[in-house]
Amino acid sequence: MACTEALTLRQNIGGGSAERFFFDRNARARFSDLAAGTSLGGRLGELAGKSVLVATGSQLTSALALIELDGIARRITILPPDADPDHLEAIVAGADIDAVVLDRQSFESAAFDSCLRVSATAQITPAAPFAAPLAAPARETEWVMLTSGTTGVPKMVVHTLAGLSAAFRGRKSDDSIVWGTFYDIRRYGGLQIFLRAVLGGVSLVLSSAGEPIGDHLDRLGSHGVTHLLGTPTHWRRALMSPAIGKISPRYVRLSGEIADQAILDSLRNAFPQATVSHAYASTEAGVAFEVRDGLAGFPVEFVERHRDGVEMKVLQGSLRIRSPRTALRYIGGDAALADRDGFVDTGDMIELNGDRYVFAGRRGGIINIGGLKVHPEEVEAVINRHPQVRMSLVRPKANPITGSIVIADVVLKSANQNSPDAMRVVKGDILKLCRDALPRHKVPVAISFVPVLDVAATGKLVRHG
Amino acid sequence: MSVKLTIMDQMAEIAREHGKILAPLHDDLVLLDSGLDSLGFAVLVARLEDRLGVDPFTASEDAQFPLTFGDFVKVYENGLH
Repeated sequence: MACTEALTLRQNIGGGSAERFFFDRNARARFSDLAAGTSLGGRLGELAGKSVLVATGSQLTSALALIELDGIARRITILPPDADPDHLEAIVAGADIDAVVLDRQSFESAAFDSCLRVSATAQITPAAPFAAPLAAPARETEWVMLTSGTTGVPKMVVHTLAGLSAAFRGRKSDDSIVWGTFYDIRRYGGLQIFLRAVLGGVSLVLSSAGEPIGDHLDRLGSHGVTHLLGTPTHWRRALMSPAIGKISPRYVRLSGEIADQAILDSLRNAFPQATVSHAYASTEAGVAFEVRDGLAGFPVEFVERHRDGVEMKVLQGSLRIRSPRTALRYIGGDAALADRDGFVDTGDMIELNGDRYVFAGRRGGIINIGGLKVHPEEVEAVINRHPQVRMSLVRPKANPITGSIVIADVVLKSANQNSPDAMRVVKGDILKLCRDALPRHKVPVAISFVPVLDVAATGKLVRHG
Repeated sequence: MSVKLTIMDQMAEIAREHGKILAPLHDDLVLLDSGLDSLGFAVLVARLEDRLGVDPFTASEDAQFPLTFGDFVKVYENGLH
């Protein structure tokens, strides 16, 4: 092989005698054993050249299956843990999926009926490595991730292993590192850590569904995690636990939401010995940059200067990124992932504040509530179903726990004729409509009745900030 | 209503709305063991700002989020005086 860049994940774990593990709440798996073993019951050969959906319930079995599948499957689509079962049919059809990897915690779906089914476990049994037919080189597998920011069926974003790992390829890993993550590895931020652990040959402590934060922190501490990652909301929650004292990371990283100064300061106080860093990445744009000076936002000079092959610019207020780490394309649909020059529009609005850029929220007012995105229009549509409501505007309000929460301004059809009691009843009815139709995080925390809302010349509601 | 009773009242209401079971509230109760999750506390802070007129965590740059129910009540009592 010409260079190590072309190696598959599995070819990367063969070297050395070191024992490397994935840990979750219930099990541990020595993933270095996959060099001469299988977690798929020896059925990897059946998956060669297929478009495989990894739909396991557990992160641990996903992690092992991903290592085996890279370089063997034509395409790997990773199903996130919070995927809507109603979207499975569209995902299977859209990504041409003809095989599915399941474990005991997977949910069943008629969408899998025509697929080859292979069971994954956390047990690695010895097996001769699957050998591709002679003269057939290990193929470059397409990695497909699902986005979280859309309403309806998620967008499917195509990456390569080279692009996904470009932010850390070639960096030496030090033997004393143990990674830990609050993210799920089936989302972009978590997948970065998974790949970093596998390619760097270090152990990784995973979260488990439904595990109390105190227990998770206990485990992170007992495995001696040195490098720990999560969103600002994950970290705020961790800092609320008395078990926070169980961990003493050397490196703490936040991404996936705006890291404000308060959370950066809290982490510096909690871990005075640690480097506290915040990073910017998205499923489409890839990892763009990391900020290590402990301050919110990022220095102006990051923009329009190449840094590790990443170019950034600001156009119409939003951050645009071009780099070898950006995704290749979307599957299906007409939407282009990047503009003609190869820049991805992140939709994240930034503002200049002195010598730094700071994040000012999402374009179109998409609200980020602890990593869960809310389209205001979706909530407004529910509120507007109430017969008394003329129009409504849903907007974010800053919150110290989840970054933002949802609030609503509502214009009633006959505001002047309503007594305070009648208004209270209407408010209660609107909230009930929302609770019945929407997940919890989308239900407005407060509703204010206002006489008018600003409407622009385009006929659209004016959304500020 | 006292600050403490207002907080207890709101926690009970949010637990009911979110389909959570609220633990018996006492000063030493660790907030994370109360039955509310991150979103529950986010809603609680927003509702308390509405009822009490103060969000002590956003108002002060260095307010650390408290670990226990008793400390949480104290942050609001101090924030009001």
